[in-house]
Amino acid sequence: MTEPLLEVRDVSKRFTREAGLIERGIARLSGARTGSTVHALTEVSLSVARGEVLGIVGESGCGKSTLGRIVSGIYAPSSGEVLLDGAPVARERGGTAHKLTSKVQMIHQDPFASLNPRMKVGETIGEGPRVHDLGTAREVRERTAALLEKVGLEASYADRLPHQFSGGQRQRIAIARALAMEPELLVLDEAVASLDVSIQAQVLNLFGELRQDLGLTALFISHDLSVVRHVCDRVAIMYLGRVVELASAAALYAKPLHPYSAALFASVPTLGTGRARFHAIEGEIPSPLDPPGGCAFHPRCPMAGPRCSVEIPRLTRPEAGREVACHLHDGGTGRAEVAA
Amino acid sequence: MTAALEVRGLTTRFATRTGHVTAVNDVSFSVSPGRILGLVGESGSGKSVTGFSILGLIDEPGEIAAGSVLIEGEDMRGLSAEAQRGMRGRKVAMVFQDPMMTLNPVLRVGDQMAMAVRVHARVSKKAAWARARAALDTVGIPAPDERLLSYPHQLSGGMRQRVAIATALLHGPAVIVADEPTTALDVSIQGQILAEVRRLADETGTAIVWITHDLAVVSSLADDICVMYAGRIVESGTAEEVIADPRHPYTRGLIQSVPSLHEPGRKLPQIPGSTPQLSHLPSGCAFRPRCPRATEICATDPPDAGQGHRLNLCHHPLGAA
Repeated sequence: MTEPLLEVRDVSKRFTREAGLIERGIARLSGARTGSTVHALTEVSLSVARGEVLGIVGESGCGKSTLGRIVSGIYAPSSGEVLLDGAPVARERGGTAHKLTSKVQMIHQDPFASLNPRMKVGETIGEGPRVHDLGTAREVRERTAALLEKVGLEASYADRLPHQFSGGQRQRIAIARALAMEPELLVLDEAVASLDVSIQAQVLNLFGELRQDLGLTALFISHDLSVVRHVCDRVAIMYLGRVVELASAAALYAKPLHPYSAALFASVPTLGTGRARFHAIEGEIPSPLDPPGGCAFHPRCPMAGPRCSVEIPRLTRPEAGREVACHLHDGGTGRAEVAA
Repeated sequence: MTAALEVRGLTTRFATRTGHVTAVNDVSFSVSPGRILGLVGESGSGKSVTGFSILGLIDEPGEIAAGSVLIEGEDMRGLSAEAQRGMRGRKVAMVFQDPMMTLNPVLRVGDQMAMAVRVHARVSKKAAWARARAALDTVGIPAPDERLLSYPHQLSGGMRQRVAIATALLHGPAVIVADEPTTALDVSIQGQILAEVRRLADETGTAIVWITHDLAVVSSLADDICVMYAGRIVESGTAEEVIADPRHPYTRGLIQSVPSLHEPGRKLPQIPGSTPQLSHLPSGCAFRPRCPRATEICATDPPDAGQGHRLNLCHHPLGAA
C-alpha cells in the first residue's frame, strides 16, 4: 500500500467540565468529586490512503463528529497525534497550522448554517483563496466561476446571496467553497443528512463525479448506512468513542463481525416489500459521561459473556485488512462467530 | 367496517401578501382500524400540513378551505372549536417530531400525563396516574413507576418519544397522527419504536397516519402508502404495490434515488431540479418540469390513471412492472 495521506494514531479526546461555585462548595463540605469528564474519543487509530474515501459510522455520542473536528484541526486531541502527509496537524495559531488547515476542508451538515447569509456566494467561495493568498483578485474570481460550474451551478450565481438558493444548491456551494482551497483531504460531516432524498441523490452523484475528476480523499461521516455503502471504500464503525470495527465496505456489508455492527445493520429499515421484522437493539445508548466497564456495548449485546463486562476488547485482525474489537474474535469466549 | 379516519377533498391554504398558497390540495384517503398509512413526501409537499389539518390545528393566516375529516364517521369540521378540543386527545391524537416540544420541561412525566387523562375523563388523580402508568407499560417503557416521577430532561430522546406516544394512547384514540416521530432518533432506537408502533396498531386497533420523508421506514412499517407532491397525493396504494410497482414517475424517481438499491459507487438515477415553491406552481401536473415523461398535455390537470383502489394522478403513467 502507498503511504497513507491521513494517519490518526491513538487519538483520545476528553472534554472536561469544571465544577461551578456552588458545586465546589458542596464538594468541599462533602468531599465528593467535582466536575465531570466526557471521553469523546478513546485511542482511535486509523488511516486513509490517497484517493480513498473512509466512512465513519455511528449513532449519536459515538464521537464521529469529534473525530472529524480533530482531523480538521478544530479541536486538539487530548493525547495521540494526527498526521497529514507525515506532518502533524496541530491546532496552533499562525505558521504551519495556518497552512495545514488549508489542506483539510470540512463540509458541514446544515447548508443553512454554514454559509454567511450576508456574503455573496462568490465572496464566500473566494474567501479562503484570498486569505491564503492563492492568487490575484482576478484569478480568484475566475476560479470561483469555474468552481460554480464544476458543482453544477451557473457562474453568474456568484453575485447572489445564500437565501436565494435551495438546500441542495447551498450544499453545492459549500462543496465549491471547500474545493476552492484545493484541499488534500475533505471531511464531510453528515453532508447529505439534511437533504431531501431526490436532492441527496444529486449531491451524491456530484460527489462521485468530483471524486473521479479530482481524485479526492475524504473522511465521510454519516449515520446513514446506505449512503455510506454507496460512497465509501472502507468503513469504521464507532461506538461510544471507540472504533469497534474497521473493514472494506464490501466485506463489512457482506458480513459484519462485531455484534454492534450486525445489530446496527439489522435495525436499519430497508426499502422493500412486505412487513419487515425489526431486529431492534435492546436498551439505550449509554451516556459517555458514565460508560459501562469492559466492552461499552456489553449491556446491549446479545453475545456478551462474563469477560465482556470486565475487560476492554483490543482491536484484533481476524482477517487481512479488517479490524474488530470484540472478545468473540480474540479467541477468548469460545463462540467464534456472530450470528448474522 | 367504517374507516377510523376518512379524509375527503381536504384543501388547506395560507394567505400570503401575494395571494393564497394552497399547501394541501384536494387530498382524500381513509385508514381502517389497526392499519398504518404512510404519508410520504419531500419538504414542502404538504404532508405535515395535512396532519395538522386532520386535527384542526390550522391557525391564521391558514385555513381549511374545503373538504371533510371524518373520525369514526364524525366530521371534525362540522364541530365547534370546543367540540373539536373534546375530540383532540380523546378520539384523535398527534405525535410530533421533537418530543421535547410536546413535553412540559418543568412537570414530572406522571403529572403531565395525569393532566392529559383528566382533561377528558373525570377520574381521581390516583386513577389518572394509574392510567398513565398503564400507558407507559403499553409502549414498553421499563420501570414505568420511576419514569412517572422523572422530568423530561432526565429521559433520553427515544424514551421521551415513547412517553409522547404513550400520552397519545391515554384515551385509546381511534386515530393517531404521527409527524416524523423517529426522524430525530438514532437508528437503533428508531428500530425499537417502529416495532412497538406496529405492535400497538395490531393489538389496540388504533389507526395510524405516519408522516415521513423516509421511504425505507414506511415500506417496512406501513400497510398503505400515499405519496405527496406539491400539496397533492399523486399516488397511493398498498405499501407493497407502491414500492414494488410504482406507477407515477415521481414515485419511481424517489424510489430510484435510494442508494441501497444500486451497486456502490454507481451514478444514482436522479430527479433533476428541485422541489417547486408552492407559490409558483406550474399549471397542470406540478411535477411536469422535472418529469422525464412530460409532454404538452401535462400542462392540463392530470387525470386519475389508477385502477381499483389505487390512485395515480398522471397523464403518462408507468406500465405494469
